[in-house]
Amino acid sequence: MSPEKQPATSRYGSNAGQPLTRRDGILKVTGRATYAADNHPEGLLYAVMAVSRIARGRVRSMNVDAAKAHSGVVEVLTPANRPPLFHDPHEKMPPFGFRVEVLQDDSVRYGNQPIALVIAETLEAATEGAALLDPQYDTEPARVGREAGIRFDPPAVSIGGPPKTAHGDVEAGFSNAAITVEAEVETPPQYHNAMEPHAVVAEWDGNRVVLDMPNQALALSCASYAAFFGIPVDNVTIRSPFLGGGFGSKAILNGPQILAILAARMLNRPVKLALTRAQMYGPVGHRGQTWQKIRIGMESDGTLTALHHRSLSATSAFDDFLEPAANASLPLYASPAILVEHEGIRLDTGTPGPMRAPGEASGSAALEVAIDEAAQACGMDPLAFRLKNYAETEPATGKPFSSKALRTCYEEGATRFGWSRRPRAAGQMRDENGLLVGWGMGTAVFGCPHFPAEARATLRADGTALVETGAADMGQGAWTALAQIAAEALGLDPDQVEFHSGLSTLPDAGIAGGSGHTASAGLALNQAGGDAIAQLSDLAVNDPASRLFGAGNIGLTARNGRLYRRDDESRSESYAEILARSGRSDVVGTAKSNRDPTVATDHALYSHGAVFAEVKIDPDLGQIRTTRLVGAFAAGRIINPRLVQSQYFGGMIWGISFALHEEAITDKRTGRIMNADLAEYHVPVNADVPPLEAILVPEDDAIVNPIGVKGVGEIGITGTVGAIANAVWHATGSRIRKFPIRIEDVLSAR
Amino acid sequence: MNRFDFIRPASLAEAVTAAAVPGSVYLAGGTNLLDLMKIGVTRPERVIDISRLPGLDRIDWLPDGGVRIGALVRNADLAYDTRFAATYPAIAEALLSGASAQLRNAATVGGNLLQRTRCAYFQDTAGACNRRELGSGCDALHGENRLHAVLGWTEQCIATHPSDFCVPLAALGAVVEIEGVEGRKDIPIENLHSLPDATSAQESALLPGDLISGLRLPPEAAAFAGNARYMKLRERASYAFAVVSAAAMLDMDGDTIRAARLALGAVAAKPWRAHTAEAALIGQRPTREAFEKAATAALTDARPSGDNAFKITLAHRILVRALTLAHEGTPKVMPALPASPFPEQHLPAPKGDLHVA
Repeated sequence: MSPEKQPATSRYGSNAGQPLTRRDGILKVTGRATYAADNHPEGLLYAVMAVSRIARGRVRSMNVDAAKAHSGVVEVLTPANRPPLFHDPHEKMPPFGFRVEVLQDDSVRYGNQPIALVIAETLEAATEGAALLDPQYDTEPARVGREAGIRFDPPAVSIGGPPKTAHGDVEAGFSNAAITVEAEVETPPQYHNAMEPHAVVAEWDGNRVVLDMPNQALALSCASYAAFFGIPVDNVTIRSPFLGGGFGSKAILNGPQILAILAARMLNRPVKLALTRAQMYGPVGHRGQTWQKIRIGMESDGTLTALHHRSLSATSAFDDFLEPAANASLPLYASPAILVEHEGIRLDTGTPGPMRAPGEASGSAALEVAIDEAAQACGMDPLAFRLKNYAETEPATGKPFSSKALRTCYEEGATRFGWSRRPRAAGQMRDENGLLVGWGMGTAVFGCPHFPAEARATLRADGTALVETGAADMGQGAWTALAQIAAEALGLDPDQVEFHSGLSTLPDAGIAGGSGHTASAGLALNQAGGDAIAQLSDLAVNDPASRLFGAGNIGLTARNGRLYRRDDESRSESYAEILARSGRSDVVGTAKSNRDPTVATDHALYSHGAVFAEVKIDPDLGQIRTTRLVGAFAAGRIINPRLVQSQYFGGMIWGISFALHEEAITDKRTGRIMNADLAEYHVPVNADVPPLEAILVPEDDAIVNPIGVKGVGEIGITGTVGAIANAVWHATGSRIRKFPIRIEDVLSAR
Repeated sequence: MNRFDFIRPASLAEAVTAAAVPGSVYLAGGTNLLDLMKIGVTRPERVIDISRLPGLDRIDWLPDGGVRIGALVRNADLAYDTRFAATYPAIAEALLSGASAQLRNAATVGGNLLQRTRCAYFQDTAGACNRRELGSGCDALHGENRLHAVLGWTEQCIATHPSDFCVPLAALGAVVEIEGVEGRKDIPIENLHSLPDATSAQESALLPGDLISGLRLPPEAAAFAGNARYMKLRERASYAFAVVSAAAMLDMDGDTIRAARLALGAVAAKPWRAHTAEAALIGQRPTREAFEKAATAALTDARPSGDNAFKITLAHRILVRALTLAHEGTPKVMPALPASPFPEQHLPAPKGDLHVA
């Protein structure tokens, strides 16, 4: 059942701007939403990946015979028999290419690297087959941590970004500074840990393949798979109606999924592969470790004279993705001189990749701590300090912001939180139980990328519409918010819009990433709807039998399934009437949309926010709890405030996680991750999450794109981490610059 | 899949006979065993399913004032048994601080006593672990060991016993009832778990085939109902094992401590009863100073096994906190977050030295 078949749920209005409940909500809570691994085509085989237990070396041998002899095992893919691919897996495929591990040789470059794929009639047989392989290794010492890694100057950070950006004369800025602070901040490797594991069900029919898989970038992925398998792009169909979370890890092609598709072709039977939780700690990306150093120069009144942010960002031994953490210092605080730079360090780890707020999350964590230290050093309130250095134009470029309601975010958040009652010095507040209380804040910021997208809107004879675009719903609510945008463009109630999405044969909706999906796919839907309405208007105004005949120059308005004369709303006609008289069964509007490129060259485009945190700390035991969290965010036009609030909450909870819980723990001798499961890799439980408040600050933006939508998917993490760390300082007087903050750090730091 | 025999015995005697064959394991709630089978730590040849054995799921109040708990009583059922929780509040609090609601609904009393360590190197079959394979070494010793043992460890093994439930049981002197090949026997819980030993990977005093059929609390255990707490320190508020934990119980005679029971959790390969600390409290007034002295006595032999000296400090403080709160009195209502040192609404201000800021 598709979401649009669901009965109308409670809501207050009709379309964009209204807090509709999720169209797919009932399907999900009743278990009828079909995720990739829920598919069981006839003749299905099960694949299980064998992964390396060392982090560096080579596989000397595997007992393939034992695995194949196990009852039910059909085939074992190893480097010795892996069928050829049509694209070199070491060759990165633009625009978001990564090197993938698809059994191209016997080398091992990180723990949990795929080293074989066992295919069997049952999951149990494949699992045991994989266990029977009993690989033997020639092991080399793993390179773990800052001392052991190989440093390098990167040609790029993130996806093709410049590794260094300079504005003004930083050295002059520091020599003119009355006060200089320096902070070194360390962030750990983190793993996406989407609830739904990476999975694929691949079924070939000749040289056509249908893939059920969670996917954040349908069209791009189709092109990549087509290249790997040497088939036309139209021969690849990806069905991805729902994702159980993605957070960036399902936008990038990965080796295990390619191998499963290859196995299905080799065996001429459908094959399913679902990674285990532990196997998600390696071949499907993570947030890379960073060691950051920030120097801030100020005049004695707190005016910045220089800002230098340097990040040592970890990557794998064989690929280049680097967390662009230092770039977090580019858009926020006004400084006459800013220098951000990155250095790479190669470790024997899986390749990191984009993870919710890549660069910004880690970089903002460090920057907001450093800014707090700077405010402290010149004896200023942290909010006053931030306002003192408020950037009226983008600091590093001088470009005007397309919109920036950050000042209002500060005001509304601070008022709601009660920030003005905060004592300046640390260690001043206790609650009635004697717990230390601290208040901290951080600024949130995230850019507004825009991806090309296409959509189709069909107005049907009965006056309803079919709207189609291959968008990705990762849980953020695309099924609902995008349908709202389409309904608004078509002048219909969302219940009259049948919305098709999550399928690669539909028009390309671009990437669900970079917090740009609603804006990108939404613009295409807006324009496709507008195209359909324009065509319908043409039919009406040129039809002498229509009450709207001749109104072409005056213009029509589409609302509630009718077209109205703009100058005389008493004259209107329903879509169905217009279509019926024209003898057409439908009108099909299409759009290929992108943002005008000059918008981004002439303007700085960001969502903004401010986060205020209260922590309480047991002074004897060092136990920390976040007890209040208030965020105020301005992100352009809000399509669905209910969903947007959830996105902010999700980001803020991730901020708690980053600050106090999350960390992949790597054994320094072996390079193996020692907590690759959800019992030991901690993310917050409900009891760790205080009552949250997310204030939606109104912001009109007529520049960022024609629908005025910015992004909300990632910004919630960015200010929150620093706000919590700063609250810990305010409670204790201890500056802890290593995340996550642990009990022993609180007890020992000063 | 890995083939094994699955045996569902009809009686205790059948179970014991079946399990006496080498390569056998008992299955009750399965909350620990099944995980270990999935990750390859345990590959049994015979799984003896005792979950349907009759008569082991009862709580029986004994004429002498004690209680007998059947081995198949579920953790949640025991914790929510009104009379049990009122009589042994620290045990109920410990039970409810463990795992998640779903796990507590499935896990059994007998299985909890025998749950395996959460040491990452025990669970990771790629590394060396003397518990998994005697003589292979201990990768935890110079590895990631911030949560490992500070008492009773050797270079053989620095793992801890993860149970919350066992900590107040040890404090109260519970007796474990065993059905074995040679009949019934009782083992005091303090003797159930083995400390690491270079000559043996044996984790408990059980012999092949031995089945825990239940456990008893002695009559005197009920004397502590009015002043009993379990405190569990951890970074995540729920669904996390303890960094350190402590059960503290006082039997007050006016303003004098008539008897005290103390045990530490997550500090050793067994629940660690602190006899000398208990003795130090007898006849004392319940002052901060007395509690500090007792905590010092409990940790005289503590030493870090790695990157975990902070646990000794915390063990001391959690003992003092547990004693302080026990003296305040057992809460009338089970706290929403059982065993959390973090107050919901009211906690007395920490007195004495403050260790932060």
